[in-house]
Amino acid sequence: MAGVQLKDVEKVYPNGFKAIHGIDVKVIDGEFLVLVGPSGCGKSTLLRMVAGLETVSGGEIRIGDRVVNDLEPMERNIAMVFQNYALYPHMSCYDNMAYGLRNRGVPKAEIAARVAETARILELEGLLDRRPNLLSGGQRQRVAMGRAIVRKPAVFLFDEPLSNLDAKLRVQMRIEIKRLQADLNTTSIYVTHDQVEAMTLGHRLMVLNGGNMEQLGTPIELYERPATTFVAEFIGSPSMNLLDARVSDDGAVVKLPDGESWTRADGGGRHAGRTVTLGVRPEHFDITGGDDGEAHLHVALVEHLGADTLIHGHIGDDRNALTVRLQGVVTARMGDVLPLRVAAKHLHLFDPETGKRLD
Amino acid sequence: MVENRPYLNVISHLIIIICIGIVMLPVWITFVASTHPIEALLTQPIPMWPGDRLFENYALVLTAGIADAGGVPVGVMMINSLIMALSITIGKIAISLIAAYAIVYFRFPFRMTCFWIIFMTLMLPVEVRILPTFKVVADLGMLNSYAGLSIPLIASATATFLFRQFFLTVPEELAEAARIDGAGPLKFFIDILMPLSRTNIAALFVILFIYGWNQYLWPLLITTEESFYTVVMGIQRMVNVSESLPVWHLVMATTILAMLPPVIVVVTMQRLFVKGLIETEK
Amino acid sequence: MNKRVVFRHRWLPYALLAPQLFITLIFFVWPASQALYQSLLIEDAFGLASEFVWFDNFIDLFADEHYLASFRTTIIFSVSVAGLSMSLSLLLAVMADRVIHGAMVYKTLLIWPYAVAPAVAGVLWFFMFNPTVGINAYVLHLLGYDWNHYLNGTDALILVIIAASWNLISYNFLFFLAGLQSIPRSLIEAAAIDGASPVKRFWTIVFPLLSPTTFFLLVVNSVFAFFNTFGIIHATTEGGPLQSTTILVYKVFNDGFIGLDLGGSAAQSVVLMAIVIALTVFQFRYIERKVEY
Repeated sequence: MAGVQLKDVEKVYPNGFKAIHGIDVKVIDGEFLVLVGPSGCGKSTLLRMVAGLETVSGGEIRIGDRVVNDLEPMERNIAMVFQNYALYPHMSCYDNMAYGLRNRGVPKAEIAARVAETARILELEGLLDRRPNLLSGGQRQRVAMGRAIVRKPAVFLFDEPLSNLDAKLRVQMRIEIKRLQADLNTTSIYVTHDQVEAMTLGHRLMVLNGGNMEQLGTPIELYERPATTFVAEFIGSPSMNLLDARVSDDGAVVKLPDGESWTRADGGGRHAGRTVTLGVRPEHFDITGGDDGEAHLHVALVEHLGADTLIHGHIGDDRNALTVRLQGVVTARMGDVLPLRVAAKHLHLFDPETGKRLD
Repeated sequence: MVENRPYLNVISHLIIIICIGIVMLPVWITFVASTHPIEALLTQPIPMWPGDRLFENYALVLTAGIADAGGVPVGVMMINSLIMALSITIGKIAISLIAAYAIVYFRFPFRMTCFWIIFMTLMLPVEVRILPTFKVVADLGMLNSYAGLSIPLIASATATFLFRQFFLTVPEELAEAARIDGAGPLKFFIDILMPLSRTNIAALFVILFIYGWNQYLWPLLITTEESFYTVVMGIQRMVNVSESLPVWHLVMATTILAMLPPVIVVVTMQRLFVKGLIETEK
Repeated sequence: MNKRVVFRHRWLPYALLAPQLFITLIFFVWPASQALYQSLLIEDAFGLASEFVWFDNFIDLFADEHYLASFRTTIIFSVSVAGLSMSLSLLLAVMADRVIHGAMVYKTLLIWPYAVAPAVAGVLWFFMFNPTVGINAYVLHLLGYDWNHYLNGTDALILVIIAASWNLISYNFLFFLAGLQSIPRSLIEAAAIDGASPVKRFWTIVFPLLSPTTFFLLVVNSVFAFFNTFGIIHATTEGGPLQSTTILVYKVFNDGFIGLDLGGSAAQSVVLMAIVIALTVFQFRYIERKVEY
């Protein structure tokens, strides 16, 4: 068992492309960290650097108290689950799991015991003498996990392990991974582009964009206080609405371009008179009207999801298009104009230039 | 086929059967000739049905050979052919496998240079460099030796490319998983890559065995001692005997023996043979 | 041709490549360079003295009536072999592609000539056409033609053409069959619905779609006829009668090994080398196109 520490880690490819810009993070022992971001954001590269499959161009990676920058993957005491599972096609499931142990000179009897134990945990008992090509997608996924677990490594690394599964199986395996990680209490780093997976699995999430760390925090922190517009849009579904707005000169309200406004919680006058990007999550709107000032939504499209209703429309002109999510079945139709209210605590302000949160 | 016209099918079958008949005819005639005494072959038309000398003729050529053509037993020539064919086959597969492995899985200075040097073998068949190659082999003292018969032929761009092509289709994650599982480059090659290449190796084995067995010009250059003659080139001495007529019944028995091993390999390993043939041309 | 994962090792890749490279350099590249060098020299008959003569050997070569005749023979030979073998194989492949029953048996019966060495194939037909004992010569005699490849150059050339074509049939057949089977059924069905007869369908749909295979086989057949047929010639006609079957590879062997004309033979080698390189480049460029196709 060990934590993982990244200090100002950088990756520059030989062609000069900088894939990772100075990442700092300390993953504590037993923590589940999820690296999340759109494709090409560098999350897999970062994971592979921890694994030792990519060289480190700058900074330092520590596993436990060892600097592992120049160690071979096998010397780092890590195990990895790959997106396509990477099971050895010519070996039985048993041999797939045993291979790494054999290479480390673990005695035969212990290998047998550990594989049996792992197979029991993952419910693979009947499948051990089969080749991977005879298994279903979910079973292969489990064998790939088994190959990692059986080694009892200091760190588990997951590279989008669920993306090859169908939606139903993905949910099931997600729960299983969470349960396993909690039981084994092994430090884990998990890469995904799926924000739901990220939110449900991670103790903490690191959102990456273009090789930069946008934000690091618990799922709730990311949801409640996104540090940038990128994180704000990436976490949560449907995405947070981002509107052009201006804080009034007295700092009391945020004004939308056509003059409508919402009241701010801290009237403290900060950012008074400033042009901002205003973020509001679709689920934080209310159409009952009230005293906090209100704007009017011109309904363009209504989607009924049963539990929720999504209303797409705009305030004033088309520029400030937004989506509203209301609980239950709401009857509204195209052309309706609805009063739109937001609790002051749900207004997020961002700098329109840098995209950074304004507090 | 799209439409159902029985007469077209009958015609198709008929054409194929006639063509197969034509293709088989020379072998049949040869086989028939090899089962008769020489007297039966001296008057036209020669017999079209096997005679009663099958065992005598074959036993004679296998153990004693043909006196006019040096008298080397065909059995000895066939063993020579077998040794040559197997050495070429195994040698080619072995050195091509490791060369392709180096080129695909390593990055090192002059990698592309090595690739192009191997590629050049494609452009330099024995036929275009007969004399100087003979001289090299002679200078190395490899004339009249199994090494001389096989080693110069085991460089192979085709086999190297085939394995390279195959290695490129092996998922990269497999090598990564092996590295994490603690396998170094050699261990990965032996434990993972070789077993995965099994069918390719087998298919290539079939093609290369035929290639090796059927070598003609090379043994002709390299062997002057009759004890190193291979059967395919040995036939030539029997056909072109200067003073007398060829002893056709024995020559034909030798011909059948010379084609038997590769034909058996192709027919029994048809699936691998077809795979090998198509793959090596990619 | 790049893999993301690479192993790091200082000397292992060189060690792995060494056997292949050594053999290539010693037995391929070095002799070829010697041939290049010698093609620029004239050596006396005893090999004692040699003189650097630039391209005189080549000039002599292309002024030599025998060499030009050999060139012509080679071209007639190659074109005939490719034409005869490919058309027969295509016919067979089309028929085998049509029939549902027995296709596997036919295939088995047609693939084995590939396994027969060219020299042996030559001897098979040499015997069939032998003027005194050959069954074909006998039938031709009954038909009023006195076949004699020992004396008649045309007969001898036809003999080696037949033997070489026979040797190539399986190869061409297998590739044509694979090509035919890769043509989508729906195309043929669409043509049938458009009212095209089987013969018309073949020439307007199937044959054009088969053209990559045909081009490819044309190159392979030419290479075979140019180089691999040495055994057929050497084991049967030995280039005769009167050089009527002396193709280029036979001539380079004969002039070098029997005639001991080092410079001339080396010059011939260089010409052949140029031909192989041209064919290889052609083949590879073609394969690039095949990938896109």
